Amino acid sequence: MADPDGQVIVGLEVHCQLDTKSKLFCGCSTDYRSDGPNTHVCPICLGLPGAMPALNKRAIEYAMKVAKALNCEILNESEFSRKNYFYPDLDKAYQITQYDKPLAEGGYLEIESDEGGERKIRLTRIHVEEDPGRLVHMGNVERGKYSLVDYNRAGIPLIEIVSEPDMRSPKEARKFLNKLRATLEYLNVFDSEKEGSIRVDANISIKGSERVEVKNITSYKGVEKALTFEVTRQKNLIRRGQKIERETRHYLEARGVTQAGRSKEQEHDYRYFPEPDLRPLRVRSWLDGIVLPELPDARRERFMAEYGCSLNHARTLTGELKLANFFEKVVASDKRGLSPLAATWIADTLKGELNYRDMSLDLVEPAAMTGLVLLLKAETITDKSGVEVLRVMLDQRLKNEPAETPDAIVKRLNLAKTPGDTGAITKAIDEAITENPKALDDYRAGRSGALNFLVGQVMKKTRGKADPAELNRLLTGELKKREA
Amino acid sequence: MAGTITFEPIDRYNAFLATCNNASHGSGKLAGVPVAIKDNISTKDIETTCASKILKGYIPPYDAHVINLLKAEGAAIVGKTNMDEFGMGTTTENSAFGPTLNPCDTSRVPGGSSGGSAAAVAAGMVRMALGSDTGGSIRCPASFCGIVGLKPSYGRVSRYGLIAYSNSLEQIGPLGKTVNDVSTLMSVIAGYDRHDTTSQDKPYNHTPAAEIKGLKIGIPQEYFGNGVDPDVAGVVKKAIGRLEELGAVTVPCSIPSMEYALAAYYVTTSCEASSNLARFDGVRYGPAPDTKKPWHDAYTEVRSAGFGTEVRRRILLGTFALSSGYYGKYYAKAQVARANVRADFNRIFKDVDVIAGPTMPTVAFKLQEKSDPLSMYLADILTVPANLAGIPAISVPCGKSEGMPVGLQIMGRMFEDERVVDVAYAYEQAVN
Repeated sequence: MADPDGQVIVGLEVHCQLDTKSKLFCGCSTDYRSDGPNTHVCPICLGLPGAMPALNKRAIEYAMKVAKALNCEILNESEFSRKNYFYPDLDKAYQITQYDKPLAEGGYLEIESDEGGERKIRLTRIHVEEDPGRLVHMGNVERGKYSLVDYNRAGIPLIEIVSEPDMRSPKEARKFLNKLRATLEYLNVFDSEKEGSIRVDANISIKGSERVEVKNITSYKGVEKALTFEVTRQKNLIRRGQKIERETRHYLEARGVTQAGRSKEQEHDYRYFPEPDLRPLRVRSWLDGIVLPELPDARRERFMAEYGCSLNHARTLTGELKLANFFEKVVASDKRGLSPLAATWIADTLKGELNYRDMSLDLVEPAAMTGLVLLLKAETITDKSGVEVLRVMLDQRLKNEPAETPDAIVKRLNLAKTPGDTGAITKAIDEAITENPKALDDYRAGRSGALNFLVGQVMKKTRGKADPAELNRLLTGELKKREA
Repeated sequence: MAGTITFEPIDRYNAFLATCNNASHGSGKLAGVPVAIKDNISTKDIETTCASKILKGYIPPYDAHVINLLKAEGAAIVGKTNMDEFGMGTTTENSAFGPTLNPCDTSRVPGGSSGGSAAAVAAGMVRMALGSDTGGSIRCPASFCGIVGLKPSYGRVSRYGLIAYSNSLEQIGPLGKTVNDVSTLMSVIAGYDRHDTTSQDKPYNHTPAAEIKGLKIGIPQEYFGNGVDPDVAGVVKKAIGRLEELGAVTVPCSIPSMEYALAAYYVTTSCEASSNLARFDGVRYGPAPDTKKPWHDAYTEVRSAGFGTEVRRRILLGTFALSSGYYGKYYAKAQVARANVRADFNRIFKDVDVIAGPTMPTVAFKLQEKSDPLSMYLADILTVPANLAGIPAISVPCGKSEGMPVGLQIMGRMFEDERVVDVAYAYEQAVN
């Protein structure tokens, strides 16, 4: 019997839209998202009778950039094939893709393993293909009256990156995806913020059992969620002594569950054969002309060396192109001086606050962040006030209100701590102790929680302006006095 | 120079599916020349059906590349010609809109699949026409109707806008009463087109020359063997004799790979067709499906009603041959056979300049004479090899048998279209 606590094995097939200006086989613009349906179409991407594909050279260059960055081997000759199946969003009733001769094979991507070190995830292949159109269902898919077809997406260039089954947990799968996204962004061939720009199919098994393919994962978080669900489902089946069926399941994003897909009878036979309208690709010689930019791993090492960032901060900061660029702008005026504080404040605080608001980093001015870091560095405000200032800054940008500088916010909210002026703190300490006689008793009884409680009370009264070190010193002194 | 011409022919032979009564034209090499277009070549604003019900009502929003070229040289596009549905046939009987009749004898077929184009030229309704040739579809009707037809080297003419039947084999090509007309039309349509990346940058700027002294002509034994009507073979041998009188030298040769040529041809075309024709689902053009039904049921209905018997047969054959587990047995093997045919031609062309033989094994059949598909397929045996090899081949009238025209076929080296035109021209000049 299979072991329910057996090793989890995950492999991914990641489809990414390449951020070219025109489609893979015609001149139509790829910038369709804000326009009406069927406005970015022509005889070629509509699959009108007689129209023929002409390959977009830039798309191949982009794909080769990715292949080179991921250490793949470009095949001496690759070719396009037709994948035949009927579906209303597939204009030609076949998708032009690559089958037994993909653009590139092999390669690997390094991720941080669950144990902390770096781990190589091997890649099987990278191939180039066209995106199909999209169905827009009027109401629910099952019960809606009808569906409309939008071919704006038809012919958008995709690369499919197939990994070996080298990941050992849903978390590693998420890390793989994040690292892949970062790499593609650094290469400037992919825009992760475009809706639907990445789609993932995952193969997952528990060692000793059949594998299950989970399709239709469309978000970064979705990968971890879908796989976590699958691990639980499969382990439960094994525990109950049942067998895992080899099957295709669909991830339902809204419910966070996977659902059994089509049955065996309806499984597709794609009848692949070479696309006769396109010539074989012999592009290996282009590799020499491809110059790679600094990639996430190199930048991470540089951040540690140049800015003295910790491994964790360097990893977080360089894990997203925009965040890394933002960080470098914020500390530009004083690299060594600002980096330690800026790293923490950007990698931990800012990132958390942005996530909480589901807000894009684009809305934050690096100069404003520099201003905040300078206030913190000068110890003009406490960390707690710093968070408050940051929140005001973000909320103003989010609500499209006039943006105040951090200085102005500090002034308006009277958040500056006044060095040496201990009057307000002393007064607050006095009040806090008087108002909470039980805390004093507890303190006397040696219960350490009492001190923390009182610190909290004083912070509340001073609205966070009290310098924590100062407060600790004064409060302890006062309590000692009263103890005596 | 630019203007319109009136085109209101009495179409006794059902050669046309659509005509443009007032066809506009520009100036240029073909200024005001009426040209008929096979109905599988997309023409902007003119219904283009491939003689199929499934495309009834389809009006392309764009012109095929060859149509742009014709218009740029001033030609008047006067109509769309009848054909075997999607090019699948040798008689033009497989049209959803009724067969075309042979102007030389209306009880006979004009050949196919470009039968409408050939009949329109033979009947004098137009001076020249465009056809397409996947396995003989220009040369067969040219032969049966007693006119000239050229299948260009693969890649010499852009296929952009040609509604695909079998992409890896077919070419658009000219039909005309004289070699000169065919050559002129070829000079307009040939050349590279960035929309067809299988096209070659090999324009055709040629004036036919009748000089063939010292030319070596290969005579393949297979072109005069079993299945070839002895009378037809005799007429063609006599024609080759004329070429010898003009100074050409004949050399016997053999194409052993022809044994597998027809099988390779029908497997390849059926496979490619099954994929090409899958897009006809009623979603974007053609007869609309019943939207109240689930989409797969609606597709089945539209496709069952829209395609004719022969087309359905080839779609099913191709779908089967490409199925998982059969690809290697059929499609991959067919490609090996193709490579063998190409190798045979390459070998022969080391010793000879052109290859000559009959275009068709017989003269035009009677209407409905060929009722079983297999005997019909066998009629393509002499034309299919040139498509498999991609080489140029021309059919030029060379006499009569049973009172019907016989075609002499000249095949040449890859991209030596000019040479096959010259040989045909030399023969034509010698006999006229």
